[in-house]
Amino acid sequence: MRWPWPASRPPRNLQGFRRSFVTPEGVDLRLELGSAAARAGAFILDWVIIVLIAVAATLAVITLGIAGAGSEILAVIWLIGLFVLRAGWFTLFEMGTRGATPGKRLLGLRVIARDGARLTGAAVITRNAMREIEVFLPLSFLGQQTAQGAADGFLVLFALLWSGIFLLFPLFNRDRLRVGDLLAGTWVVHNVRHKLGADLVGSAAARPTRVFSEAALDLYGIYELQTLEDVLRNARPEAITTVAATIRRKAGIADDGDDYGFLSDYYAALCARLERGMMLGRRRADKHSRVAVR
Amino acid sequence: MSALADEAPLAAPLVNATRFRTAHESDWARLDALLTRIEKRSVRALSDEDLLALPLLYRTALSSLSVARETSLDRALTAYLEQLCTRAYFQLYGVPTSLSRQLVHFFAIGWPMAVRALWKETLFCVLLLAVGTATGFMLVAHDPAWYYSLIPDGMSGGRDPSASVATLRDTIYGESKRDSMLGAFATFLFTHNSQVAIFAFALGFAFAVPSLLLLVYQGLTLGAMLALFFSKGLGPGFVGWLTIHGTTELFAIAIAGAAGIRIGTAVALPGRETRIDAAVRAGRATGVAMAGVVCMLLIAGLLEGIGRQTVQVDAWRYGIGLAMLFAWLTYYYLPRGQGGRDALAVAR
Repeated sequence: MRWPWPASRPPRNLQGFRRSFVTPEGVDLRLELGSAAARAGAFILDWVIIVLIAVAATLAVITLGIAGAGSEILAVIWLIGLFVLRAGWFTLFEMGTRGATPGKRLLGLRVIARDGARLTGAAVITRNAMREIEVFLPLSFLGQQTAQGAADGFLVLFALLWSGIFLLFPLFNRDRLRVGDLLAGTWVVHNVRHKLGADLVGSAAARPTRVFSEAALDLYGIYELQTLEDVLRNARPEAITTVAATIRRKAGIADDGDDYGFLSDYYAALCARLERGMMLGRRRADKHSRVAVR
Repeated sequence: MSALADEAPLAAPLVNATRFRTAHESDWARLDALLTRIEKRSVRALSDEDLLALPLLYRTALSSLSVARETSLDRALTAYLEQLCTRAYFQLYGVPTSLSRQLVHFFAIGWPMAVRALWKETLFCVLLLAVGTATGFMLVAHDPAWYYSLIPDGMSGGRDPSASVATLRDTIYGESKRDSMLGAFATFLFTHNSQVAIFAFALGFAFAVPSLLLLVYQGLTLGAMLALFFSKGLGPGFVGWLTIHGTTELFAIAIAGAAGIRIGTAVALPGRETRIDAAVRAGRATGVAMAGVVCMLLIAGLLEGIGRQTVQVDAWRYGIGLAMLFAWLTYYYLPRGQGGRDALAVAR
């Protein structure tokens, strides 16, 4: 036991944004929720695109109007266009096969139904209708009042308070749900494509390997092994030097000048050992958990 | 397993991840390539053969993921398989049906069913509107000064108790200055009303109180206007002016309010369900109705912007308005066959 938590408890940040999501085949995909920062970024991106399109369309309409095209048709198209942009941008994109607006796609986010069923149009409509009171209402209210020069302190305060409650709502619940997400039964998850990293052990097998004593391999558990994996994959020289020095000091191994080679070999040996233990039912979560050594 | 463990200590240790990778990597790579093609373009970019292989590859990847989690400590491998399975899951299960089929379903079943499911709340909203109208009417009929407090200056547009009968008559039948831009006017009305309706719906979340207030206020202004025109002897004309689009528009507003009330009551009084489950059910059921409300307001905008300005005869205005009301009522509440039974899942 270590203060203040029992050592067996998994590190908080590993579990924080993972949510169980079981497919019909019975496998838990452990989806990662989109962070509040990514979602705010996606919304700002979308909003910037919307404003740019609106400005460009307005300029185009004005130039066409000056050029003498049919002004009524232009006005109709302009009004409908703005309405579709504002009310339809989020809804139409999220109803598509990608389940994400351009901003969300850029940041690797996607909207899905919380219950694992397919995302219905109704859920998307509800989710985005709520945006009216979450963001647009206080903003347009504030803008209108300021334009009329009537924004007194109380009104500004109220508008800020209102938008504060709704804007910060995602920060106050475990699943980072907006009010719209809450009502529509959706959530926003990370959905990023990435490549399969190289096989560290397989590449180590090509060279003559160092041999480690039982005591040296008994130093660490799975958590440290996976941290070492990250160090090796990122391959930052200073991190590799530091980690190699630490392991050598703890295990009492002499420095042979090849830090990366040493770490790769140690990783391979430790991985094989921990895996063997795991197959025999002795899973060693981290260096603090004691496993009976024979 | 033991054979491997017993090998000479100098041989390179071979771990599960390595064996596992060599055995299945080609399958994963193929699934990855197919998914990338779907994501970049669409499902149509796949050949029939690839399409048939997709579910098999997906299940292979899923079982690989399960095995990797249990036997391998290679985090890069499990992370890769997790994202691969997630992407495949979304492509196989998460994709909605095609847009055209969704639209057909919406107009044939989804929309009327969703509105019908809200009938109690809708009735309540209509009553609320009526009460508001009656109150507004009586207030202004007793004391015309009420008119100024009920109707903001910007909205009245010269229609107030001090205006002459001729001016008021002009607002009903006159060739308004907007006549030159009927289409644009109709569009403006549609977009404006839709924003208000979406807003009334979203406000329902605050235990339905704002939606109710909005409805009553709508009724009050309507009643005040009615009282004004009746006092000048222009009542029937004004009702005609209102009926042509008002039956559709007020009905739409009542449905939007009903949807808001449904959400508000679900949040406030969840019954046996948890609060969130009740809210989700109400939220999804009313989303469809709200899409319908926007459609109704589009029609109302057209009737108001174009129909009302071109049709100047009272009888025609009444006729069109009542016919629209009849059409909506039939569309929503006429009993249907059992053909669309599965649609109830959306409506409930």
